[in-house]
Amino acid sequence: MDLFLEPFQFEFFRNGVLAAVLVGGLCGLIGVYIVLRGMSYIGHGLSHAIFGGAVVSFVMAWNFYIGAGLWGFLAALLINQTVQRTKINADAAIGIITTASFAVGVALISRYRGFTRSFDAALFGNILGVTQQDVWVISGVTILIIAVIFFFYKQLLFTTFEAEVAQVYGVKTAWIETLFALALAAALIVSMQILGVTLIAAALVIPAITARLLTDSFSRMLLLSTVAGSATGFLGMLLSFYIDVASGATIVLVQAAIFGLVLTITSLQKQAARRLPHTHL
Amino acid sequence: MQALIELKEVTFGYGGQPVLEAIDLHLHPGQFAALVGPSGAGKSTLLKLILGTLQPQRGAIYLDGRALAGQSSLRVGYVPQLEAIDWNFPVTVAEVVLMGRIQRAGLWPWPGADDRRRMLRVLQQLEIDHLAKHHIRDLSGGQQQRVFLARALVAEPDLLVLDEPTTGVDMRTAENVLHLLAELNQQGMTILITTHDLNAAAAHVPWAVCLNRRIVAQGPPWQIFTDAILSEVYQGEMLVIRQDGMLFVQQKPHGHTLRDVLPDPVPGHLPESENGPLPRTVSV
Repeated sequence: MDLFLEPFQFEFFRNGVLAAVLVGGLCGLIGVYIVLRGMSYIGHGLSHAIFGGAVVSFVMAWNFYIGAGLWGFLAALLINQTVQRTKINADAAIGIITTASFAVGVALISRYRGFTRSFDAALFGNILGVTQQDVWVISGVTILIIAVIFFFYKQLLFTTFEAEVAQVYGVKTAWIETLFALALAAALIVSMQILGVTLIAAALVIPAITARLLTDSFSRMLLLSTVAGSATGFLGMLLSFYIDVASGATIVLVQAAIFGLVLTITSLQKQAARRLPHTHL
Repeated sequence: MQALIELKEVTFGYGGQPVLEAIDLHLHPGQFAALVGPSGAGKSTLLKLILGTLQPQRGAIYLDGRALAGQSSLRVGYVPQLEAIDWNFPVTVAEVVLMGRIQRAGLWPWPGADDRRRMLRVLQQLEIDHLAKHHIRDLSGGQQQRVFLARALVAEPDLLVLDEPTTGVDMRTAENVLHLLAELNQQGMTILITTHDLNAAAAHVPWAVCLNRRIVAQGPPWQIFTDAILSEVYQGEMLVIRQDGMLFVQQKPHGHTLRDVLPDPVPGHLPESENGPLPRTVSV
């Protein structure tokens, strides 16, 4: 028991665990919509775009959250509009816009050398650097996004399932898409410091896919994915302390391991079900 | 009588290519109509114009006497093509049907007691109430069609619009769906469908609109499904056969005897086409 409680005597660890649990749950929650829209790559792309915004904020001496947030939101909106108004597919639009934004960041770093230390933190996450203020910001964003999903649950579900049909039934889909882009950008910005640009995509996709394997109900998938994200955030942080491995990578590895386990169990269950006599509805 | 849908000289195209030209159309309350025509004739585009997801480039659309601007002011129950549905999406039958209540939905994510009551009533009406908790992928084609019809009905629509409800389902299911629509129409529902199944339209739908970029003809199928009109609509030779009060549409067979295609129902007699007795054999 003492061994389990040992890391919690350190403030940096307590802040880190809290941040990892919140970010894990947040990514799990929003990841459901990402996965079901077939836009798993957007997490990867947008986090790179936000990296460009983070560098611009640093160079211009703006507040990180405001600069990177605005940049990420504009990138998400630009991707959305490009897909809706042109013949360019989502994957290509994400590839062009986010890579160009990332390139802006890299170009600025090569021009202003002072960013090198923060560059590593942005790419790979820096859980040790999570302050009390960061925890407050992450908590605020988490509460805001949960409120958005709670009050727009029906509209988001219908738009994710059949956007064009939802419009016919009176859902203001363009507004809902914009709201979602804003929520996604906010989630990615607060996740960047914990997981880093390179690992955010995994934290968005893996809990959601794991939850999908376990349920055929949308509401249950949302709940399972959020719980899986938070639980793996906690386990990953704890494990990273004991085995002395980067926290972001450990969290993603724990998520991948649980996904592998769930995939194996559900595959075996399906095989067993196929052997039973088939019943028609 | 005030038309529920009125299109005046509506023209629409994609990228400079006209898809619909000078469409004049009226659909009155209580009418049951089918849009028929070949692929690319503009049927789905015309539906999207009526549903307000596309805007006409010229002309005007009026719904219940009011000009359509953006989203429809009418309550529309829309059933999309089954082929367009993501069957792996994690939703149960109840979750799909409750989407139809979105305009009346409260602030909370869960459905209200009234929504649940109405959903149950519609599911019972369509005889799929026992499937409420099933995933949509686990149903037969006919049951899937009923689920999306239930979603449309639970919206308490003024107008029911179905995009190819007979496509992708077997002949018996298609017939059941059209029977169901005919029953709903008898209860007063205004219905507009698109279909490729001319024979089903002739048997179940009292009004047809033959479309191929423009409206070639509209009226009761018995009157407008003729060799001449359908050949013009489909840009190919079509045979219309009338027998015992029924109407059958058949493409001109290539390289077969006509008996291969139309077995002689009465020994020694073949049904007559619009242009007189059919030849015993048809060659290319």
